[in-house]
Amino acid sequence: MNNMSATITTTISTKAPAMNQPKISARGVQVHYGDKHALKDVSIEIHPRSVTAFIGPSGCGKSTFLRCLNRMNDTIDICRVAGHIAIDGEDIYDPKVDPVQLRAKVGMVFQKPNPFPKTIYENVAYGPRIHGLAAKKADLDDIVASALQRAGLWNEVKDRLHAPGTGLSGGQQQRLCIARAVAVSPEVILMDEPCSALDPIATAKVEELIHELRENFTIVIVTHSMQQAARVSQRTAMFHLGNLVEVDDTDKIFTNPDDQRTQDYIMGRFG
Amino acid sequence: MSVGIIILVLLVLSALGYFLGRRRALALAVESGRRLHSLPGYYGQTVALFIAVPAFLLLIAWLFIQPAIVGARVNGMIPDSVIPAGGARSLVISDVRRIADGLDAVLARNVLDEAALTDGRIDFSTVRDRLAGVGIALGNDVPNEVFEAAKVYRQGDKIGTIAMTIAVLALSAGFGAWSFTRIRPDMRARNISESFIKSLLIGSSTVAILTTIGIVASLVFESITFFRMYPASEFFFSTVWNPQFRGGSELGILPLLWGTLYISLVALLLAVPIGLLIAIYLSEYAGKSVRSFAKPAIEVLAGIPSIVYGLFALITVGPFLRDWFAQPLGLGNSSSSVLTAGIVMGIMIIPFVSSLSDDIINAVPQALRDGSYGLGATQSETIKQVILPAALPGIVGAILLAASRAIGETMIVVLGAGAAAKLDLNPFEAMTTVTVKIVSQLTGDTEFASPETLVAFALGLTLFVFTLGLNVLALYIVRKYREQYE
Repeated sequence: MNNMSATITTTISTKAPAMNQPKISARGVQVHYGDKHALKDVSIEIHPRSVTAFIGPSGCGKSTFLRCLNRMNDTIDICRVAGHIAIDGEDIYDPKVDPVQLRAKVGMVFQKPNPFPKTIYENVAYGPRIHGLAAKKADLDDIVASALQRAGLWNEVKDRLHAPGTGLSGGQQQRLCIARAVAVSPEVILMDEPCSALDPIATAKVEELIHELRENFTIVIVTHSMQQAARVSQRTAMFHLGNLVEVDDTDKIFTNPDDQRTQDYIMGRFG
Repeated sequence: MSVGIIILVLLVLSALGYFLGRRRALALAVESGRRLHSLPGYYGQTVALFIAVPAFLLLIAWLFIQPAIVGARVNGMIPDSVIPAGGARSLVISDVRRIADGLDAVLARNVLDEAALTDGRIDFSTVRDRLAGVGIALGNDVPNEVFEAAKVYRQGDKIGTIAMTIAVLALSAGFGAWSFTRIRPDMRARNISESFIKSLLIGSSTVAILTTIGIVASLVFESITFFRMYPASEFFFSTVWNPQFRGGSELGILPLLWGTLYISLVALLLAVPIGLLIAIYLSEYAGKSVRSFAKPAIEVLAGIPSIVYGLFALITVGPFLRDWFAQPLGLGNSSSSVLTAGIVMGIMIIPFVSSLSDDIINAVPQALRDGSYGLGATQSETIKQVILPAALPGIVGAILLAASRAIGETMIVVLGAGAAAKLDLNPFEAMTTVTVKIVSQLTGDTEFASPETLVAFALGLTLFVFTLGLNVLALYIVRKYREQYE
């Protein structure tokens, strides 16, 4: 596991950030979808090896901001992003940054489980293959096995690695997608409402997994569940109507928020 | 009353029924003070449907059954002696029908009256002349038995038509009156018209299915006649196609099948790669404006009549291939060749592949693309490794559909590849296909009794089984893998 992440970090960044430095820092981020002003002047710092939750009512811009962090918005024609976003101090919207490489470093897990119509093994091996992370078949086997172990799926699928990934249950599929993201050894994992399509038991498993992944990855999670944000995150950011209302330690946000809107949202008064 | 007038009367009756039914429903609602179960129009509709539908069904059934019954009666009147040697009974029966129709026309002109006609034997030559006068030309001398049969046929037809008119109108009036008296405010008229609609839809699909069955049955019966005259093993395994209209033909399907498959293969080799690349470009790379222009522009190719493609093959592609490839390479002197027909046919089926594949690639969920991009894959990696595998079953289906189109194509082959049945590997040689030979066996003055003409049905059946097999395979593949990304 460790030597694997070592191989990948050399290809991306040589200077390891100190613990107190933010992993991601955004300043004055503006996003327009065509005529719609979706994000207004968002500035935030995201700490390394911790979980940051984005909360807020639907359409508040939290998913949009999440998709800015790995430049997934580039795939949408009408979307324009302005402002400054840096990961480990490097501007990710700099013209010399290759968005494709960036996405290997900033993995993403989507709202609905979206395994490829391939076998479980092939789903996990997809990323390492396209990035050339394994020289030999045995290396690839190791990467797949360790990614599945980290995603807590190994024991359930080790006997049927070559069964189709789409045949798994919803919760297993979502953990497969997490394993797929983990397999390319990213530094940051973005999760866009990863549990919204799952039942409570599968949700509990994914949340447990997020806890474990925090030791090695910086995690940003968008969620509509207040309880989930409170359970899994250390820091919470509240968005409303395209604005970042406040960001602080999760404990503080849920007990004593500075902003009345946060208070109202958490109490279920709107949203 | 003629069928057209009966239909008109039925339509008028049902329109009348609609208004009466609607009015009665409204009146009853006022009278009883209760709310109608359905909108008033539905009550009118129910009456109209009861007037029209059973009557129409009876009319259709009658029109099918009556000629069969009358024909069977007439059939008994014709002794074997009047059937000319080498001819068929069915031909004589159709003569009977023509004479019967002609007699009607003669009577309509008042050159002959009803009494004179029924009055036993009539001077035969005048009838012939008079029939010729109304446009019914009779070949050989018609024996008196046939003429008598025609009179019976005409009589039967007349009685039948009168009976039909009465029965149909009575049925429509009966059902109409019955449904009219049944109107009550709580009658579920909405549900009744709903079930009529349902039966209408079922009926329409039955028509399509029955037609298919009918076509297959006619092919099968004629093919059976053919195989009685010509050994099936020769037909399927002989490598020589050499029909002689004086008999002693060799009718092996292999050269034709080979030509069909060879030309289709060339066409697919051209159309599949180009069509797929077009589909990928259109669905993944092209912007909205390019797409909205390019897609219809490519689909225009599918709208060009195949005879025009044939001319293109004959005048442009054929001579070009001969002058620049076949002759310099010493491979042949023919401008008709497998390659000519194959290339032009390939161009024709490009839109089948590209348009269908484009739709299929578009149907691959965006979530799969996002998943792949989110892992740091480039667009072409995503297409190659995620989108195409996911869309593959659909694409295979599209290709097989294009293939059955290619196999059934005739005009391009006639003009592009010629009509020589040959087993050859050289793509610059003229060859021909099953469809072309079906046409050439059936054109000209032929009788439907010799193996040389009946072979067309066996060829058609073979071709049908082939394309049906391809379609079934395509459906099977599409169904089997469709659920993968659901």
